[in-house]
Amino acid sequence: MTLMAIAFYLMAAVTLVAGLLVVTARNPVHSVLYLILAFFSAAGLFVLLGAEFLAMLLIVVYVGAVAVLFLFVVMMLDVDFIKLRQGFANYLAPGAVVAGILAFELIFVGWAVAGRGAAAGNAPQAARPDATNIQTIGLELYTTYAYVFEAAGFVLLVAMIGAIVLTLRHRTYVKRQDIYKQVTRRRKDAVAVVPAKTGEGIQE
Amino acid sequence: MDLAMDFPAFNEALPETILGLSAILILVFGAFRGDKGMTSISALCGAALIGAAFAAAWSPLGTAFSGSFVSDGVSVFAKVAMYIASAFIIVLGQGYFDRLNNRRFEFPILILLATLGMSIMVSAGDLIALYVGLELQSLALYVLAAFRRDDAKSSEAGLKYFVLGALASGLLLYGASLVYGFAGSMYFTDIAAAANDNMNVGLIFGLVFVISGLAFKVSAAPFHMWTPDVYEGAPTPVVAFFAGAPKFAAMILLARVLETAFLTEIDQWRQVLLVLAVLSFAVGGLGGLMQKDFKRLLAYSSIANMGYALLAIAAGTTQGIQALLMFFALYMVDSLGLFAAQMSLQRKDGEPVTRIDQFAGLAKVNMPIAIAITILALSVLGMPPFGGFWSKYFVFGAALSSDLIWFAVAGLVASVIAAFYYLRLIKLMWFDAPVVEFGKAPLETRWIALASAAFSFPGAIVFLIFGSVLAAAAVVGFGAH
Repeated sequence: MTLMAIAFYLMAAVTLVAGLLVVTARNPVHSVLYLILAFFSAAGLFVLLGAEFLAMLLIVVYVGAVAVLFLFVVMMLDVDFIKLRQGFANYLAPGAVVAGILAFELIFVGWAVAGRGAAAGNAPQAARPDATNIQTIGLELYTTYAYVFEAAGFVLLVAMIGAIVLTLRHRTYVKRQDIYKQVTRRRKDAVAVVPAKTGEGIQE
Repeated sequence: MDLAMDFPAFNEALPETILGLSAILILVFGAFRGDKGMTSISALCGAALIGAAFAAAWSPLGTAFSGSFVSDGVSVFAKVAMYIASAFIIVLGQGYFDRLNNRRFEFPILILLATLGMSIMVSAGDLIALYVGLELQSLALYVLAAFRRDDAKSSEAGLKYFVLGALASGLLLYGASLVYGFAGSMYFTDIAAAANDNMNVGLIFGLVFVISGLAFKVSAAPFHMWTPDVYEGAPTPVVAFFAGAPKFAAMILLARVLETAFLTEIDQWRQVLLVLAVLSFAVGGLGGLMQKDFKRLLAYSSIANMGYALLAIAAGTTQGIQALLMFFALYMVDSLGLFAAQMSLQRKDGEPVTRIDQFAGLAKVNMPIAIAITILALSVLGMPPFGGFWSKYFVFGAALSSDLIWFAVAGLVASVIAAFYYLRLIKLMWFDAPVVEFGKAPLETRWIALASAAFSFPGAIVFLIFGSVLAAAAVVGFGAH
């Protein structure tokens, strides 16, 4: 139990510090890297709670996709972050108000449910004690919800088709390497033997 | 392997299975053939839709997939009507993009996938299927609206529809989450039981948000603001699609949510629907008066027509649902015909005729199309003996038997206002001198316009005989009545 407690406090502390550094780091690339660190630590907290699937999801989706996307955006767009920071003092007061309200709400909700659930020290109840929660989710997803699961697949398919339809352009003027064309090219297509008179050369 | 034996659910969901599998296979075929294969891909998609329509008509009724999927008379009626309408849209789109020399094989496939989404919507038995079906349909429609990506208006239409549609989806999801939270279940039958036990203000709150989200999809006022712009900007076959099948699907979905999950709260949601209906009458009627663009005019006309459909649902009886089915079956034909007629009109230089004043003198140049537009316009405004009159007749019948007399009167007034702008169109066509030189009408648009007009006048009489029998049989067992 002490090992669990140490792991919890370690990861909670890392999450908090990383979160703070995301906001305060001068270099935006560093901010994104701290964000990834925060995601990883939060994933660790989920593992401690017994929610392995959520932990994996956090890493695959947030670290693997969202954070990398942020990184791309930060690196590719020429945003002047120093200029962005200049209004920091102006936004401080409204920002503090919003943060204060959020903190109040969190504390209030925590206080309201303090006597119940995980907060009271009750371990979450597994729907199937004999299976891990990944197995349980898989069983539900592929049996009870197989229909909507497949339908959701079609939604993603439409999104892919849509992205291609609306953005893909076949630009004919761009020179591309076509391996098939290169390999199937024969000598007679490219080389012609033309008899040339001495001292006159060839005209096209 | 006998599929039906191993997966009994596929018996009920056969039309969806056909649509989904054929969409994937045709997509692969299209990826290899490229845009030059659009004609054959359109034909394949049309064949898939017809096949699915037959499958829908003959597949067994019942629930499947642990209650997420409901196949009953209403869903079968709606599916057959939507599949046929979608097949016509594919024909229209093929010709339209051919003439623009802008063939893209994704068009029929997106129509197919949108139809799959609508099919999931009309068969939804729980909140997740409701949302997933709606998103599948909407996402395909967003792309279709922006399909002519080099055209500024089309891109604008797509973007506008997407942003507002995402907002509506958000409203709907918020409402659905409230309903789930207060009822404790996703399934409509369980929600009905929960609502019966304990009428909770949270449930009503969620229900109103769900209604708002769906009202956006059917473009009922005050959630109509996207309609005129999208109708004006999107490619015409796509607009013809928008006007019919997706709205039918969303209306059936609305009726199913209200009459299976929330029947005990009829006094609550009836007020909401009546407000929506009256506002739609007002916006559709008065907004149409100012319009100069034919497609914008049809947009306002469709807003007003959604008022009648909402009135039919607000009746809260099986008679109302029967009226809804008949209304949409007839209305879809009228709107398809009007859009086909608009597509058949083009100037000598190939530019489409879109402004209403350019319709002047059409009767002298192209008599059949002028007759078709006249019949369809009279039908949409509800003049007897055309199809549109009968569709409104059923709606008013259902409204009167539920003591909604004043709302039926409001509908009549909207019809009278609509008569003004349709009669102006008719007067322009028959009695004014031509202002533009009309080119030759493309074959398929002319035939679809003429066929719709023929359906609207002599055909509707025949349709009424067996259509009302079908609709009456379809609504048996719908909801709790």
